[in-house]
Amino acid sequence: MLQARSQIRPFSSLGKAAGDFIRKLGSMALFFGEGFCKIFRRKQIREIINQVFYIGAKSTNIVMLIGLFTGMVLGLQLYYTLIKFGSEGVLGSVISLSIIRELGPVLTAIMITARAGSAMAAEIGILRISEQIDALYTMRIDPVRYIVSPRIAAAIISFPLLTAFFDLIGIIGGYLTGVLLCGVNEGAYFYRAQSYIDMVDIRGGFLKSLVFAVLVATICCYQGFFTHLRSDSFGAKSVSLSTTSAVVMSCVMILVSDYVVTSFLM
Amino acid sequence: MDVPLIEFRDVTKRFGDRTILDQISLKIYENQITTIIGKSGTGKSVLLKHIIGLLEPDEGTILFRGRPVREMEKGEWEAYRSQVSYMFQNNALFDSLSVFDNIALPLRQTTNLRKREVMRKVMTRIQQTELTDVARKYPSELSGGMQKRVALARALVTDPKIVLFDEPTTGQDPIRKNIILGMIAHYRRIFGFTAVLISHDIPDVFFIADRIILLWEGKAAFEGTYEESTQLDHPMIDEFLHSLEGFQDELTGLLSKQVFKNRYTVTLQKGKLDTTISAILFTVDFDLVAELFDAPVFEILKIMGENINDYFGPLGGFSARHQRNQLLTILPHITLADAQSLLDTFALRLREKAFADIQAVIRSRMGADVCLNLSVKAGIIEGKSTDDIDTIIAMAESSQKTVAVYRCDQGGEA
Repeated sequence: MLQARSQIRPFSSLGKAAGDFIRKLGSMALFFGEGFCKIFRRKQIREIINQVFYIGAKSTNIVMLIGLFTGMVLGLQLYYTLIKFGSEGVLGSVISLSIIRELGPVLTAIMITARAGSAMAAEIGILRISEQIDALYTMRIDPVRYIVSPRIAAAIISFPLLTAFFDLIGIIGGYLTGVLLCGVNEGAYFYRAQSYIDMVDIRGGFLKSLVFAVLVATICCYQGFFTHLRSDSFGAKSVSLSTTSAVVMSCVMILVSDYVVTSFLM
Repeated sequence: MDVPLIEFRDVTKRFGDRTILDQISLKIYENQITTIIGKSGTGKSVLLKHIIGLLEPDEGTILFRGRPVREMEKGEWEAYRSQVSYMFQNNALFDSLSVFDNIALPLRQTTNLRKREVMRKVMTRIQQTELTDVARKYPSELSGGMQKRVALARALVTDPKIVLFDEPTTGQDPIRKNIILGMIAHYRRIFGFTAVLISHDIPDVFFIADRIILLWEGKAAFEGTYEESTQLDHPMIDEFLHSLEGFQDELTGLLSKQVFKNRYTVTLQKGKLDTTISAILFTVDFDLVAELFDAPVFEILKIMGENINDYFGPLGGFSARHQRNQLLTILPHITLADAQSLLDTFALRLREKAFADIQAVIRSRMGADVCLNLSVKAGIIEGKSTDDIDTIIAMAESSQKTVAVYRCDQGGEA
């Protein structure tokens, strides 16, 4: 009997972990649903604008910088790869497609996670441990409506816009290295880029950025909001762990969901 | 008595293995100030959080006007909650919002008031809590005392019917403590709300409390008035009250009430029998210009306490604050005639020295253009050391006459 139990133990802990994970996913889905439904209220407009400024406008520079260098690196790498096959003329289309379909949405989401997502989790976590969320409840202010909904709305607005910036600057970055540095024909670069990109590629990229926005905002807000329920730590430590979990989980979910969405789009 | 506003019936709350509230039963009545006292970790804050619904009991029932809150419909529950306000122990202010925005937050988020009306209400509270100069600052730029006042202003801005104060005076100096307690008492009279407060400021809190609830090992060990609490015969509770009260009254520097009583019984009653004593009971009355929570009121009481101590102390007298504005001095081995003579000299000292200090306080705190008048009444009684102290106080109070008057329009003494 004892032997049987010891054989089952690894599986039972695996099952427990899987059960906890699924429960957490369900809890996050409900949390997002609640937060999303509470966006649509006139009093939210001001707070949503504030959050768009914080999540969106303040992330613009870093997203554009990353976009520029991503495009430049792609330009170099692809040029030296394509030239082996004598196909350097398609550089514009390859760079544009890879940025619009994949790199733009994914890298933008990861950059926003690092910059704004971590701040979201930490800020909400601090609100929680300093009883400010309880204070909202005592003032009859719904904490999800006041804290979470504007952030979800702002993420949904900001992610596609920043992705568009990334895409544009990325293609310009590819132009800088591919055309100006390596000597690919300027007309061929832009002609190929324009002719190979369909609306379906752009729609797919934006769809991904919307999915990432929902995931990142939900995960980061959720981790911060339930900081006090962490069993592994308390106080400031729990805020730091929640922030770390939020960033790691967001990045993982961005890549996992990227694969899932891509497989549906293809 | 009437139906309690809030009643706990056999409420139990556990956190893991720890039982914080253990089948506790207690009653809170409308339009009263109920003070909850108890050792740290006895569940005082947990109890308050149950009232506002931040926590739910594991067992037992909480009733609002005789109706179990768990059975309330959503609308009824929201209506109940709209009447309750909570002031947190650590203030729970939003550090990203200014003082003004913190106070305006509940009005902006839960009402449809116009901007101008919100502004008016918030500015009224800001002025009442002496925060006008810091209205645009952020909480992190304020002292602990100021943050407390911001939290107080926020708790009162919605004109609640029930206000729960979780240690509102923690971290305040004696004068500010009394100002806050005075403010709670004052607003309760004006707005007629029910106050439930946790405080360790004994005896100050007893001057404003209508009822006291003592939490002890998860239960309500005592419920009743302060006078009833002094009759309690519970060694641990007695020790707890003594340890909180301390040796001195923080505000006046005089003996604490308990130390005063001990000194009276131990030094006089258990010593030589039938020692002649005289008791002088001073009452400081302020005119209507001074609100009960104005800082000068407490500074004036402090000056009075210092003067009484300086004058009667070297003569063997010992003194304590009896009520909010009453100071009692016992003079052992001094007859009524001698005590009267001493009082006359003390009254002269008040007019010559203390009133100058009082004038300086009023001018610095309220401005030169504000006129605050006050009168000092004193009642003397001769008795024996075997007499009951409460009887002596009652007799001294009934014989009080005005001994000094401060009138600002006559430059102080009148």
